Amino acid sequence: MTVTDVDRSHTQQPAAPAPHRVSGGLLDPKQLWKSTPDALRKLNPATLWRNPVMFIVEIGSVFTTILAIVHPTVFAWVITVWLWLTVVFANLAEAVAEGRGKAQADALRRAKQDTVARRLRGWTPGGSAVAEEQVPATALQLGDIVIVEAGQVIPGDGDVVEGIASVDESAITGESAPVIRESGGDRSAVTGGTKVLSDRIVVRITQRPGESFVDRMIALVEGANRQKTPNEIALNILLAALTIIFLLAVATLQPLAVFSKAQNPAAPNTEALTSHGVSGIVLVSLLVCLIPTTIGALLSAIGIAGMDRLVQRNVLAMSGRAVEAAGDVNTLLLDKTGTITLGNRQASEFLAVDGIDPQLLADAAQLSSLADETPEGRSVVVHAKTAYGLRERHPGELTFAVWVPFTAQTRMSGVDIADDGGVRSIRKGAATAVMQWVRDHGGHPTDQIGPLVDGISASGGTPLVVAEHVDGQPARALGVIHLKDVVKAGMRERFDEMRRMGIKTIMITGDNPLTAQAIAAEAGVDDFLAEAKPEDKMALIRLEQAGGKLVAMTGDGTNDAPALAQADVGVAMNTGTSAAKEAGNMVDLDSDPTKLIEIVEIGKQLLITRGALTTFSIANDIAKYFAIIPAMFAAVYPGLDRLNIMRLHSPTSAILSAVIFNAVVIVALIPLALRGVRYRPSSAATMLRRNLFVYGLGGIVAPFVGIKLIDLLIQFIPGIS
Amino acid sequence: MSSTMAGALFVASLVIGLALAYRPLGDYMYRVVTSTRHLRVERVMYRLVGVDPGGEQPWGVYARSVLAFSTVSILFLYAFLRLQHYLWLSLGFPNVVPSGAWNTAVSFTTNTNWQWYSGESTMGHLVQMAGLAVQNFVSAAVGISVAVALVRGFARKQTDRLGNFWVDLVRITYRVLLPISAVAAIVLIAGGAAQNLANGHDVHTLAGGVQHLTGGPVASQEAIKELGTNGGGFYNANSAHPFENPTTWTNWLEIFLLLVISFSLPRTFGRMVGSNRQGHAIAAAMAILALGSVITINVLQGLHHGTVPQAVGAASEGVETRFGVLDSATFASATTLTSTGAVDSFHDSYTALGGGVTMLNMMLGEVAPGGTGSGLYGMLVLAVLTVFIAGLMVGRTPEYLGKKIGAREVKFASLYFLTTPTLVLAGTAMAMATAWGKAGMANSGAHGLSEVLYAFTSAANNNGSAFAGLTVSSTWYNTALGLVMLLGRFLPIVFVLGLAGSLARQTPVPASTGTLKTYQPLFVGMLVGVTVILVALTFLPALALGPLAEGIQ
Repeated sequence: MTVTDVDRSHTQQPAAPAPHRVSGGLLDPKQLWKSTPDALRKLNPATLWRNPVMFIVEIGSVFTTILAIVHPTVFAWVITVWLWLTVVFANLAEAVAEGRGKAQADALRRAKQDTVARRLRGWTPGGSAVAEEQVPATALQLGDIVIVEAGQVIPGDGDVVEGIASVDESAITGESAPVIRESGGDRSAVTGGTKVLSDRIVVRITQRPGESFVDRMIALVEGANRQKTPNEIALNILLAALTIIFLLAVATLQPLAVFSKAQNPAAPNTEALTSHGVSGIVLVSLLVCLIPTTIGALLSAIGIAGMDRLVQRNVLAMSGRAVEAAGDVNTLLLDKTGTITLGNRQASEFLAVDGIDPQLLADAAQLSSLADETPEGRSVVVHAKTAYGLRERHPGELTFAVWVPFTAQTRMSGVDIADDGGVRSIRKGAATAVMQWVRDHGGHPTDQIGPLVDGISASGGTPLVVAEHVDGQPARALGVIHLKDVVKAGMRERFDEMRRMGIKTIMITGDNPLTAQAIAAEAGVDDFLAEAKPEDKMALIRLEQAGGKLVAMTGDGTNDAPALAQADVGVAMNTGTSAAKEAGNMVDLDSDPTKLIEIVEIGKQLLITRGALTTFSIANDIAKYFAIIPAMFAAVYPGLDRLNIMRLHSPTSAILSAVIFNAVVIVALIPLALRGVRYRPSSAATMLRRNLFVYGLGGIVAPFVGIKLIDLLIQFIPGIS
Repeated sequence: MSSTMAGALFVASLVIGLALAYRPLGDYMYRVVTSTRHLRVERVMYRLVGVDPGGEQPWGVYARSVLAFSTVSILFLYAFLRLQHYLWLSLGFPNVVPSGAWNTAVSFTTNTNWQWYSGESTMGHLVQMAGLAVQNFVSAAVGISVAVALVRGFARKQTDRLGNFWVDLVRITYRVLLPISAVAAIVLIAGGAAQNLANGHDVHTLAGGVQHLTGGPVASQEAIKELGTNGGGFYNANSAHPFENPTTWTNWLEIFLLLVISFSLPRTFGRMVGSNRQGHAIAAAMAILALGSVITINVLQGLHHGTVPQAVGAASEGVETRFGVLDSATFASATTLTSTGAVDSFHDSYTALGGGVTMLNMMLGEVAPGGTGSGLYGMLVLAVLTVFIAGLMVGRTPEYLGKKIGAREVKFASLYFLTTPTLVLAGTAMAMATAWGKAGMANSGAHGLSEVLYAFTSAANNNGSAFAGLTVSSTWYNTALGLVMLLGRFLPIVFVLGLAGSLARQTPVPASTGTLKTYQPLFVGMLVGVTVILVALTFLPALALGPLAEGIQ
């Protein structure tokens, strides 16, 4: 089952990200029809008041309905119908946006079937369970231990504490290829609703009942507890202020109109203006035309669609605030590995120092890498086999071997092998760490290592120094492994775009500064942080934030969690640990770190769409004035008919045309609101010029054309002219 | 030289004069408000009122200080006016009636200087000097203080302190307004303006009649009347009176004085926020609007539509012959673009559309360049709103000078922006709907409506100029307009200070290529557009029934 049917080519070929631009699905007319019942339900004032602009329109519609019933004329009824349609169209925009989320939520719900959990009692790590019982998945508590075997569905979110299994996560990621989940490390997190395909794992539940990942996903895509984002709140205040001011302008017009009419008793009464003043129908029409209905109608749809666009890219944002923050990001922290370079650095050379048999170096390199399951580690084993003919060995073959795993602190891995002569230790890792190790074990690192390491680093490669220490002898460096990094194609162009948008990219790497610099130069990032430990990452984020900058980063490991939490936009990889997922404010289901760039674009697009439609909405008012003011007052002051520059057919047709245009433009702009305005990374000045031209100037011109066209049609309605 | 050429040269020389003053005066005011040293006379002042000049105030305290000072000013001036008959130099004039005293006390404290009375036949010399002229100084200084506090909000970071109101007030009065006024007064005396404490003279006119001419401390009051964008004339005829404004070149000087501080404050702003370009941008937006208005009104007056203008061959009704139609139009534009309200001709007699432009100038919120201080803060609030819309369009949370424009900032800016139109429209509607309001109208039809609209526009924007033809000395108008002036002054000030407080707390976001450049022509253009469009949208219906109805034939 797939959740979405978006084009995922960019995730499979991260090498060519450029052609993929932020865009959204098109609006299907059927969707409009399907959402109509929802739109009508939203007429309920108890919910509509949350949208002050449309709430005012609804009150106006009720008012004109009463007037139309009391004094029925064709004009009154047509205006009333179109005012109601204005509200319905606004609701429709929101309903359509929500409808798309609902479809996704339904798909997710199907994944959340009733599962029976096999809960273990008295389980201890390494030991076996005391008892097993069957409970419904919904009854699982935080900290419960469950066992899941091949073919069973994982009953809740948790961490694997024992075993390794391949898991089908297509229910949430849409990706059909199974993934490996194992205890310990950064691939221990499993999600409720996914299915174990092989083997058997023991899982510690890390969720509270009803708060599972899938539950949250459903809530998010449905927009159930959608909070208004900071910019949305600010914009709402501005729209409310504009509404109040127009309410005032229209309300205070009445005494002025009464006075003017009384001063010109010879002027004929019209449908718009009698000696009692401007008719209620026309006043409401003027009000509805002036208040920012276009943006008021589309504002929430824009927000919902923005979240939806992220979901289509398989990113779950835990809050709209995070999406907006993405648009504001000043600094992107990108892990080198997997983001800037292809994940696996390949061992390409073993460089032995003088006096060391290359075969010995190859052997030591292979031994130290046997338990190293990273792609780099495996590539060392592969290189030892292909270039030196060393048979591949398995960790189990060696007795009395103690494997030393790689940690971010020691930055070394290796093995201690006990044989009859004593213990032989082999270490492989970052040059500084291994040389320190050599010194700590009585050795004097040969000065040949330095040039070798620097040479590799300068070429953009990664040097790993291999050293050995046998009991009773000083430790010695054997040589250097040359790991080659491959920078993904197209990254440089992307970073150039980022720079044009004013975003600084910082590459984070555990490599030494020389290596980092070479890769940074090749990839075209602005800055890099070399030999980065998790604390350094955190310190860097704090430093940037202290300067008022917003920072975005991706991470997957548990040790990324604090940094993910500290960053303004923290995107956790779905393959990562639950700690990381908990700490970040977005989760990328594709686990593609490059996605961060797209997230930033979507965040920006969201804000641009709001600003553009606000500008459009305000600019529209000019034409409406030219339609309505002469229609209201030309009978009293014939000179005002010169303002009727559109030469509209009659006062009633002019007012009606403005009202119809006002309603129709909402529907016409729904696709734009859902899709977002076209966005190309460029400087602020370029973007402003373009958007001002399209939505500002366009907003002034479009209604002149639209109102005139509508007027040409409706003048034939009997009772209007 | 044709009169058109003369009019154009008059405007051009003003532009040059203001451009020359921009930098030195702006820099000087920057040094005044940022200096850490106090003059001895200032220290004495602080000791007298019991203020610690080193203590800075959060926005609430700053606002309370402004309000407290202004309240005391109003009460003092009210008492002064009510008791003037018992004081020296009253020239025998009676005490001012309560509603009139209220109106004038508010009017001068709010920098409006709306005058329901004729100065030479109502106010004695002491009230003019120690009551009204004092407010001419301090009300202008209050405006500049508030503007400076707002600019500090932009310039500072992570603080709740906006400076000390008392220090700002005293310094601006002593170091900026007093010295310039003193020099200007002497120049005006040299030009022929009256300056004495005489009781008036009876002179025999050529026609054989007798006329009583009141002298007085005119030039000294005239200088600060223009410099502080006050506009309250010593005489009813205001700057059209030869004792206030004797010649063409004093006319030039008066226009220059009423524009110079407001046009130089953007430089002070630029200096304070550490980017002169930002100051130039604000000044440019002001200049575009001002020049547009000056040119429009000159053209409209020059074309002289309307019955009377066509009969006499020029729109010269209500215009002093020594100034001429065009220079008067320039004065009219300058006085309504600022919150001055001094007049050297009568706006009521202008062509309908020309008079409409003076109204529109005020409706802009008096931001081009506006009153002393109030023009800058008004324009900065509009810049905040412009940044908000423009900022969204570049895909970032809007930021101005590194400060994020979020919900709180938009709230204060919106409240500011709502206040004046509310007062204008509600006031006008109330006047047109009630017998009290209509009782004062001498003219009927669209022109009568324009007069009422003008009165409330002038009061709410603290301008003070008037369309004649409306009897505003009634209790209703005095009370209502007094209230409108009061709210039109102090509500915006509180909102501006609130905005300043919320800006000062922020940590500025560093600029990048993704940041909206608020000093580029594109932004200046958008700021001008937002100012004009938002105003037009708010007032167009009312204008349609007033000047437009009258002017479009």
